[in-house]
Amino acid sequence: MKRTIFRVATAVSLVGLMLSAEAALAQKSGGVLKAYHRGTPPSGSIHEEATNSTVSPYMGVFNNLVMYRQDIAKNSMDTIVPDLAESWAWNSDGTKLTFKLRKGVKFHDGKPFTAKDVQCTWDGIQGKRKAKLRKNPRKSWYKNLESVSTNGDYEATFNLKRRQPAFIALLASGYSPVYPCHVSPKKMRTHPIGTGPFKFVSLKQNEHVKFTKNKDYWKKDRPYLDGVEWTIIKSRATRVLAFIAGKFDMTFNVDVTIPLLKEVKAKAPHAICELVTTNVSTNLIINQDAPPFDNAQIRKAMVLAIDRQAFIDILSEGQHVQGGVMMPPPSGVWGMPPEYLKTVAGYNPDVAGNRAAARKIMESQGYGPNNRLKIKVSTRNIAIYRDPAVILIDHLKEIYMDATLDTVESANWYSKVGRKDYMVGLNLTGVGVDDPDAAFYEGYSCGSQRNYTGYCKPEMEKLFEQQSMMVDQEARKKLVWKIDKMLQEDAARPMIDHRKAAQCFQPYVKGFVTHVNSVYNNWRLEDVWLDK
Amino acid sequence: MGTYLVKRFSLMILTLIGISIIIFVLLRLMPGNIADIMFESAGFIDPAEKAQIEKELGLDLPIPVQYFNWIQGVLVWDLGYSYVSEMPAVDELGPRIPITAKLAALALGFSVLFGLPLGVISAVKQDTPLDYILRVISLSGLSLPSFWLALLILMFSVHYFGDMPIYMDPPDNLWDELLLYSIPAAAVGFRSSALIMRLTRSSMLEVMRQDYIRTARSKGASENSINYHHALKNAVLPVTTIIGIEAAFLIGGLIITETVFNIPGVAHFLVQAILVRDYPIVQSLVMLIAIVTVLVNFAVDLLYAVLDPRIKYAD
Repeated sequence: MKRTIFRVATAVSLVGLMLSAEAALAQKSGGVLKAYHRGTPPSGSIHEEATNSTVSPYMGVFNNLVMYRQDIAKNSMDTIVPDLAESWAWNSDGTKLTFKLRKGVKFHDGKPFTAKDVQCTWDGIQGKRKAKLRKNPRKSWYKNLESVSTNGDYEATFNLKRRQPAFIALLASGYSPVYPCHVSPKKMRTHPIGTGPFKFVSLKQNEHVKFTKNKDYWKKDRPYLDGVEWTIIKSRATRVLAFIAGKFDMTFNVDVTIPLLKEVKAKAPHAICELVTTNVSTNLIINQDAPPFDNAQIRKAMVLAIDRQAFIDILSEGQHVQGGVMMPPPSGVWGMPPEYLKTVAGYNPDVAGNRAAARKIMESQGYGPNNRLKIKVSTRNIAIYRDPAVILIDHLKEIYMDATLDTVESANWYSKVGRKDYMVGLNLTGVGVDDPDAAFYEGYSCGSQRNYTGYCKPEMEKLFEQQSMMVDQEARKKLVWKIDKMLQEDAARPMIDHRKAAQCFQPYVKGFVTHVNSVYNNWRLEDVWLDK
Repeated sequence: MGTYLVKRFSLMILTLIGISIIIFVLLRLMPGNIADIMFESAGFIDPAEKAQIEKELGLDLPIPVQYFNWIQGVLVWDLGYSYVSEMPAVDELGPRIPITAKLAALALGFSVLFGLPLGVISAVKQDTPLDYILRVISLSGLSLPSFWLALLILMFSVHYFGDMPIYMDPPDNLWDELLLYSIPAAAVGFRSSALIMRLTRSSMLEVMRQDYIRTARSKGASENSINYHHALKNAVLPVTTIIGIEAAFLIGGLIITETVFNIPGVAHFLVQAILVRDYPIVQSLVMLIAIVTVLVNFAVDLLYAVLDPRIKYAD
């Protein structure tokens, strides 16, 4: 009997081995991945940008210390794997994070990668280097970073001011590549050099960005592709038609909107399209420093007037999802679950009831049918901003607010926001990492550059810090929900929806996984191959 | 004639100086500058970092100083650096200018070759079914926006041929180039051809009612000789003016067409540069367009004398 079981087990193992060997052999090397890009990337320096126009094409030029697994759609602490670091360890009080670094790794210009490069990269972000970054959008992520120290060439330690277990999640983002110490920020913008699977070849404005295989890549047998070429096509109609016509293997990062997805499915039924949440939210920025929204009651009334489901139905045919600051489950790790969300002011599905309560508040402040509050809703003059702003104006009419639309040219948007020259602004916000430490510190913490409204409350700062220090992630989640609820009810930056969009590729593109809780972390492309 | 040419040339220089000042000042009157736009991709504006960028780009200097620096550069063919790509503006514009020039020439050629003969036929065959058909075609040319026509062409191509004529890589030879540009050129030239067709028709009808046409007919001249030798030669004068003006207007049409067909010419590039306030690129390009427009109009003025011997430029 034992012998029979042994024989069966051996046979099963052999078949398994054969199948896995076949699967491993199935990947084909060669070919150039052709994708389209929606516009000229602002630069090739990921640390200086906060847009997937840069991250998507350039992520393959670099390596991180650690990264999110490219083959798992949902990013979480459990999907973080080593990259340039071979291993990592925390000290006993969780304030020192030490990385053992890979040996024999070379930058594309042949110079060796060492711990000094790690130190330089984060010194640059902290503004400690002489050669400054022109822009530094991730400074707020590293508020808790004291310094980076090295021990020889292959060990780097991040010294934190206090415990922050999720610090490693920030390092795993596509926004956290390791830069070479010996290359200037200017060169990194125009001709970036990294250790990654693809070398930068050329960028021609409005034409293309090209990358070629790094033949000396430290990860053996990778990348499979000989190169990646992004053709820049500004017109969305043209680029989607070109994908339908088979001119491209892949669309730009979640570039296919819900209405266009229907067209792609109808005209190119063979194409694989994945509709995913993007961790980009539509939200309101409210100027709390000037009348009338310096009045907490008026803010509360406004929050109650929003019918989120109406936005979702009109703008996305019911596909976008409701949530708070953190992206809601099942795609998001930290968002409030539906039952909890209903308890947040303004999220109760009884819209008529919410608005009746809002009207009462407005009446208590002296407003009514004969004394309507006149306000302006400002937003960028781009359809995805303008359309929800128009719906918002309609909703506000229900609570004695007459709003006019103030469309602002993109070039002037952030300067206007920075001057606080607005009453209510409709904005879109993308979060690089699905973790409260990224979202809270970037958007709601005192002094953060992307905290547009200047929202700053000591009690909230304490809560941010408290959740950030928690080791028990389940307990942390509960606290995060509580903070999220408080932020929504305080109208810190009321959320309207979390957006969805589709990533499409031809069926012969293999090894690409669209991530469901960030659009910034899955563009290494080293595992992608073409089954042609 | 010599004095006229000198006067006209001096006026051209003065016009260009005036245009350069207007371009420069208008660009700086627009709200928002490149530093603001650079921060757009970072999602915030840091005042200190913005000031540093402005200093790096020389935007903190007084406007007259910036203007003279630019003009000095233009005179020695140094157009400055693109603020976006950080490459010399000459290198950015150089490869794109021939693409748009070829496209514009093809579009203009298409509009003249299509518009002029059909305008004559429409006039000669006045109030016949052929005239009605040609008038409908010309009216549709005037009323169809070129971007819509371009999109229709692309959708039609994808639907029926499974392919589309957009620019992906530089064409290998002249024939490929001609094939690639001919459809966009037709899309943008259709409007101009319609205008030329209508103007030629009305101008021809007017001329054909003149006494000298009746005289020619009574002398036994053939219809072809009357239409093309006597009538068209005189009717073409206002059409020439319109062709000159249309050459400048074509740039507007090319902006859309280059965008839709993804052609990397200067017209599409100019719009992008305006949107991101890439001053060196915008200034240089608009100046170039102004020079071309002024030169074309100068050429048209000279052409009048060739086409109509009655016109004399007094010394």
